[in-house]
Amino acid sequence: MDVIELMLLLLLLVCGIATCLSRNLLVSLVIFMAYSVMMSIVWVLLEAPDLAITEAAVGAGVSSVLLFLTLKKIRDIRKKVQDEKK
Amino acid sequence: MKKSNFLAWLKSWDAGEFDFTAALPKDYTDPNANAGNQDHPWKLEPVNRLEEGELRSFRKSYPFFAVVLCGIMISFLLLTVANLPTYGSADSPAHNEVMERYVEKGMEETGAVNVVAGVILDYRAFDTLGESHVLYTAATAVFILLLSLKGAGEPEQEKRIMQSDPLLKSTARIIVPLVIVYGIYVIFNGHLGPGGGFSGGAVIGGGLILYAIAFGFEPLDKFLNLKVYRIVVLCALCFYSFAKCYSFFCGANHLETIFSPGTPGMIFSAGLILPLNMAVGIVVACTMYGFYSIFQRGRI
Repeated sequence: MDVIELMLLLLLLVCGIATCLSRNLLVSLVIFMAYSVMMSIVWVLLEAPDLAITEAAVGAGVSSVLLFLTLKKIRDIRKKVQDEKK
Repeated sequence: MKKSNFLAWLKSWDAGEFDFTAALPKDYTDPNANAGNQDHPWKLEPVNRLEEGELRSFRKSYPFFAVVLCGIMISFLLLTVANLPTYGSADSPAHNEVMERYVEKGMEETGAVNVVAGVILDYRAFDTLGESHVLYTAATAVFILLLSLKGAGEPEQEKRIMQSDPLLKSTARIIVPLVIVYGIYVIFNGHLGPGGGFSGGAVIGGGLILYAIAFGFEPLDKFLNLKVYRIVVLCALCFYSFAKCYSFFCGANHLETIFSPGTPGMIFSAGLILPLNMAVGIVVACTMYGFYSIFQRGRI
């Protein structure tokens, strides 16, 4: 069990750093989702299942979807400006 | 800005006609306009946002200061963690009479098997009421900001949804009912096991969002539009406030309430906790779906 826990914590660190360092925002978001999923497993191991459910639903689900939508909106606006320039 | 100008601006903002680009200088060109890669629209090429001669010396030192600031914050947090009492030790400051009371008498007094639910929705229900209102205020702020962008580019998006992946559609057809039923289970068992209003509501909201992604907004529009959202959220928050006011009033004056703890372990027990969980769950589910809808198409 300790090994799994250590691995999860290590992966959390890696994900956190990779989210910051990734140049592509979409990749950042996907890594951030992975971070949330792992965090929810860590919550289960820490015997906080309430938090695990919330983290999986909000962190990995809803907030990621909202961030994806924001990214899409930014690209739409950028594309519109580009089209107007032509 | 002159007052009349400001009023005109407010009016155009309210009507959703305000053009953000009008405030820019006429010869403004977006430095990132050519950044998008046409073959891979999702791939953004790294953009050099540095403009000629603009704060060049400061920008070079930004990464340095960011790293130093992060280092200071991390060392503060690690120092705090090092000074915390060991996990589960008996002499930690958290082990006082309050916690003892919650653990020993919580089930008897609130009727909730899940002590966390008993603390959140019975002993500390006032905090949770405040949290619900914070969430509602945040949702209102988002609606104020985004509702005015009326249906920007909506038809195109609707078409895109209609052509969505058959794989996604058939998966959603199987998964969505399970997700929503699981959310309802989490809400209804908030006083018996892990879960509660917020987590269950978030799960239901996620299920609704998945449905909207797969099948578009029309089926959901039939029963969940802005009017329904307003009424439902208002009723849920008012119910929460009045129910808790009643129980606080009775508790402070040592009166008998009509809500009894009941038999711990039964689904209809724990007094007010189950209805309060339902109220919170409804608010959270509607708000989550509302956020998605308003981000996607600018209205509910």
